[in-house]
Amino acid sequence: MKHLLSASDLSRDEAVLILDTAAAMAATQERAIKKLPTLRGRTVVNLFFEDSTRTRISFETAAKRLSADVINFSARGSSVSKGESLKDTALTLQAMGADAVVIRHQASGAPHVLAQSGWTRGAVLNAGDGTHQHPTQALLDAYTLRHHLVGLRAATDPVGRDLAGLDVVIVGDILHSRVARSNVELLHTLGATVTLVAPPTLVPVGVEPWPCAVSYDFDEVLDAGPDAVMMLRIQRERMVDGGFFPSPWEYTRNYGLDARRLARLPDHTIVLHPGPMNRGLEISADAADSPRAVIVEQVANGVAVRMAALYLLLTGADHMQGETE
Amino acid sequence: MSAPTDSPRPSPEQPDEPPGDARTILTGEDMSRALVRIGHEILERNKGADDVVVLGILTRGAPLARRLAHVLADVEEGVDATAVVGLLDVTMHRDDLDDQPTRTIGTTSLPRGGIDAKTVVLVDDVLYSGRTIRAALDALNDLGRPRAVQLAVLVDRGHRELPIRADYVGKNLPTAADERVRVLLAETDGRDAVLIDSGTGTGPRRQR
Repeated sequence: MKHLLSASDLSRDEAVLILDTAAAMAATQERAIKKLPTLRGRTVVNLFFEDSTRTRISFETAAKRLSADVINFSARGSSVSKGESLKDTALTLQAMGADAVVIRHQASGAPHVLAQSGWTRGAVLNAGDGTHQHPTQALLDAYTLRHHLVGLRAATDPVGRDLAGLDVVIVGDILHSRVARSNVELLHTLGATVTLVAPPTLVPVGVEPWPCAVSYDFDEVLDAGPDAVMMLRIQRERMVDGGFFPSPWEYTRNYGLDARRLARLPDHTIVLHPGPMNRGLEISADAADSPRAVIVEQVANGVAVRMAALYLLLTGADHMQGETE
Repeated sequence: MSAPTDSPRPSPEQPDEPPGDARTILTGEDMSRALVRIGHEILERNKGADDVVVLGILTRGAPLARRLAHVLADVEEGVDATAVVGLLDVTMHRDDLDDQPTRTIGTTSLPRGGIDAKTVVLVDDVLYSGRTIRAALDALNDLGRPRAVQLAVLVDRGHRELPIRADYVGKNLPTAADERVRVLLAETDGRDAVLIDSGTGTGPRRQR
């Protein structure tokens, strides 16, 4: 594996390897000195065509903790706003010697174009493209699920394990969510059962072949006692035409995670949210601040997972070939 | 590919089944005698086991460090074998990450009391180029400030590329660069032995 473009590219063993490597990285982040010399002398470019704070900071932290040099390139106020194409931007970065390009783009497929065009020799990491994929988010969610529901719950070391048998519910704006797409594929690869819950207007056309179930009734799905509930942000910036649901209050009543629904969850069930949260819309303060919520932990795990991805993509004579000589 | 490094895992450099032309350098008895001697030397050099911790370098240094800690506990009163032993993964400090297939990262675990102001005895199976030890010293640097660092190895096979020497050596073994030294341990390979394969004409093989 030279690039990390889509959760669907990962085999079960590759995904488990990334999670295991992330566990090793997370252990190093509990030390007083968190910086490791592993990627010294390498350059990681954060190429962000779309606004992002947490993902960019997470990748930047991950690269810096591994001693790579980080160059942040955001479209706003750059040559892109003057009309430069992705190709010319990529060629410029290549000329500067980028070993890895972390790209977020509003157009689905832009990371694929960058990886397959030959414009850059570096590894390409997809940090979110349009409504398509956000593989490191799915990996950090899988890491968080594994840590809590495979590791802590059974008091065992989850290293080497997948998510077989877990029941995960993803609720909210599936239509606009690259997080949902990535999670459905990755969690399925890792053996979990995924159920999507949303109003029909927020379920994409063509969802049928996805390896998951779809429901329009949140309460019915909660009665089945899921192991984890992942709330997605209502992406109002992508709903310029409106009309996806009659009112925010109605959405909250039918699909929001409030104190009432929180109380119905089994004791072990955890609550995830990729952030940023719309408190009071898809998730209530009761749910977001409850002990079940692992939302802050997801942020810390994001750094470990991105360190793992950078390590696996940027080291090794032949990448991710296993340990055979 | 995904095994926890703490547990048995076949290593690519040291496959379980030796080919026919392997010579035995140390038998299981030789190996335990060498470890007992090294244990005594550690106690002698440090005038007891106060503030001595034993850190095994993953992967094959780990079982050796545990055995050495048991030797210390058997000889010296008041030593808790499990409390003085730790494991050190040096993967992320190596200088050859680009020359090899991607390495699995192991888990570092320090003894309960940490390593600050302690005498740290690093333990590895084979001392060769010295680059693993350099990586271990760098890793230690990020973990704390030991009072002193000493090095114990089961086999010193020469061919040093760095100014590093072992304080405690199980066996000095002059080798040719194209020979392979393989350490088998009961914990991972089912039996204890040190074997040497004569050069196979495939050119020098980097081992450590």
